[in-house]
Amino acid sequence: MRWFWIDRFIEFESGKRARSVKNVSLAEEHLHDHFPAYPVMPHPLVIEGLAQTGGLLVGEVNQFRERVVLAKITKAVFHGQAGPGDTLTYTSTLDDMKPDGAVVIGTSHIGDQLHAEIDLMFAHLDPSQVDREQFVPADFAGWLRMLGLYDVGRDANGDPLQMPPHLLEAERAAGQEPRST
Amino acid sequence: MPPTKEEVFEKIQEALVDALGVEDDEVTPEATMVGDLGAESIDFLDIVFRLEKAFEIEIPRSELFPEDILTNAQYVQDGKVTDEGLAELKVRMPFADLTKFEANPVVQEFGNLLTVSDLCRYVESKVGATD
Repeated sequence: MRWFWIDRFIEFESGKRARSVKNVSLAEEHLHDHFPAYPVMPHPLVIEGLAQTGGLLVGEVNQFRERVVLAKITKAVFHGQAGPGDTLTYTSTLDDMKPDGAVVIGTSHIGDQLHAEIDLMFAHLDPSQVDREQFVPADFAGWLRMLGLYDVGRDANGDPLQMPPHLLEAERAAGQEPRST
Repeated sequence: MPPTKEEVFEKIQEALVDALGVEDDEVTPEATMVGDLGAESIDFLDIVFRLEKAFEIEIPRSELFPEDILTNAQYVQDGKVTDEGLAELKVRMPFADLTKFEANPVVQEFGNLLTVSDLCRYVESKVGATD
């Protein structure tokens, strides 16, 4: 998978709030067309970054057993532009969580400056209607580690967040046990 | 203390304005959710979330959207709901005014007939609203 629109988690409070960073770089090819000689981080990719931050926050509540999909962008207001050299900090706060889905309130900041306000609604796919897996479990486990979710993650008690057993098992089965630091 | 019917309407109006991006004055009691207010299927999930929060109630999907009746071969024939199916719908949805639907009970059209006042009556019954 190459569709990463966040670089790393800097905070992850299970069931409450997650913060991630996205560094905008001239090495990103799409910036050369968006726009020629005037690179601007595309707003839809900011929304996607917040969807990834919020979606993983929502997914983790049920140990990534539910298939969480972005269902609706309820609000997307931009107060400025981001360009190469900017570090975007995305903050996703879980506003409501139900069996059918969740609502997440999000912001994007460039330093202290508010860049965007993005509210999102996620749905849980009904297992009786959709049979296949959303991601290959061992790959998914690897991405979560790569994004530092378990480096900064805290559970409801404030203790370090642990990867759920079914993902650990998938990693072991695939021979992809993590390198110890 | 349960809310009044007017308070129920105002909260529903606010939820619909936020969820559907329509103006206050477009949300009239006779407005249909799909035809007049442009609600799509994903909007119904959003609306249910907002109503559950605003009124502190639980809204099981099948109470507002009786998919199980509308997809049941016993109650639907040739794309139309049978008399038996209509009777079931009335029992399941006492808050809804089904007279228009009864005249031409095409399953596809069901979603288009739900009005704002149907929604109001549903919430009123859940919260025991007073006049």
